[in-house]
Amino acid sequence: MSDFEPKIIAFVCNWCTYAGADLTGTSRIKYSPEVRMIRLPCTGRIDFMLLLKAFDQGADGVIVSGCHPGDCHYTSGNFHARRRWIIFRELMEFVGIDTRRVFFAWISAAEGAKWAQFVNSVAEDVKKLGPYESYKKAAGAGIE
Amino acid sequence: MEELRKKAAELLSSGTVKVVIGFAQGSGGKTRAAFAQTPDQAAKLICDERCVQNLAVYLSKSEVKSLGKIAVVAKVPVLRTILQLAAENQLKDGEIVVLGISPEGKLVELPDFKAIEDFLAKIPYELTPEQKAELEKLEKMSVEERWNYWQEQFAKCVKCYACRAACPLCYCESCLTQCNQPQWIPVAPHQVGNMEWHIVRAMHLTGRCIGCGDCERACPVGIPLSLLNRKLAEEVFKNFKTRAGVAAKEEYALGTFKPEDKENFIK
Repeated sequence: MSDFEPKIIAFVCNWCTYAGADLTGTSRIKYSPEVRMIRLPCTGRIDFMLLLKAFDQGADGVIVSGCHPGDCHYTSGNFHARRRWIIFRELMEFVGIDTRRVFFAWISAAEGAKWAQFVNSVAEDVKKLGPYESYKKAAGAGIE
Repeated sequence: MEELRKKAAELLSSGTVKVVIGFAQGSGGKTRAAFAQTPDQAAKLICDERCVQNLAVYLSKSEVKSLGKIAVVAKVPVLRTILQLAAENQLKDGEIVVLGISPEGKLVELPDFKAIEDFLAKIPYELTPEQKAELEKLEKMSVEERWNYWQEQFAKCVKCYACRAACPLCYCESCLTQCNQPQWIPVAPHQVGNMEWHIVRAMHLTGRCIGCGDCERACPVGIPLSLLNRKLAEEVFKNFKTRAGVAAKEEYALGTFKPEDKENFIK
């Protein structure tokens, strides 16, 4: 599996993680190119369905990242998101979705280096896990 | 249940209510929901251990609401649903007449939400040993085994949405399944689409499901749907210490937060 290039989708908030990743770029820090970023207004906006749709479209790993607690641009969006994730992770686990492929992080606009480090570690983990075959197989199944 | 019939007939003849939602004899030895609008019809109401449907599902239906003021025969799950509907601003105190039925089958006077809360506080809100065992059986499986188990179950789904129709808390007039731009849930029964639908249903009922099990009873292909709801209800209780349908004024578990909520899974 050495030539396996994972598809990693990152759902990030506009105010912290996206700006943080921007800083990674302007600081000329290199990081794994397998990640595709999707910018949303707030982590509170990240519907759990987006995560499922990412896997449906062939993602091997998903990142969700936003402002640290207390730093939300909308005051409490990330607190609400955190509650949703606590429950949604349990549900994913319960229906047998591989939660080792779902990564959560708080990364602020000043943490460009943390973003690079985080993405690298995610890419490494997902490479080790290999392609998400079981989900791909179900997604590719025809209509009965 | 002479007491219930008498009370229902009284409510109807005095004009206090226009319709009493209860149970009547159906076909094949089964019972069905009945809508008594006259004292004569009220005389045919029955209430025994065969009557398991959660009648609260009719409280939000416009066809029933248009009949006038409602009285509902309410066993414990119905009472919990009424409180949950009240917490979600779907019912006002005094809007309906509640004909409470205790677990022993006795008619109970429940004039307001406060009385329902006090009555329910005395009834244990826990999983039965069988329900616990079912959950534990799945929890003990490996992730792969669980995936295979649920894929097999979801493959049976024909997208009839009977689970949604039977659920008293699935009262949205326009559902996510009707949204086709983007198409969140594929219309045809498809392996992943089926799973997505059941995940959405479970998530949208998180912290709201009172565990009546009507979704599972309504399912024509026998998917153990209430397992998903029960699992999430237990997780909500474990993490946030709240349960659905215990108070008429209760914050929705996912509509609020605590600064100290756990985040050991977030880097």
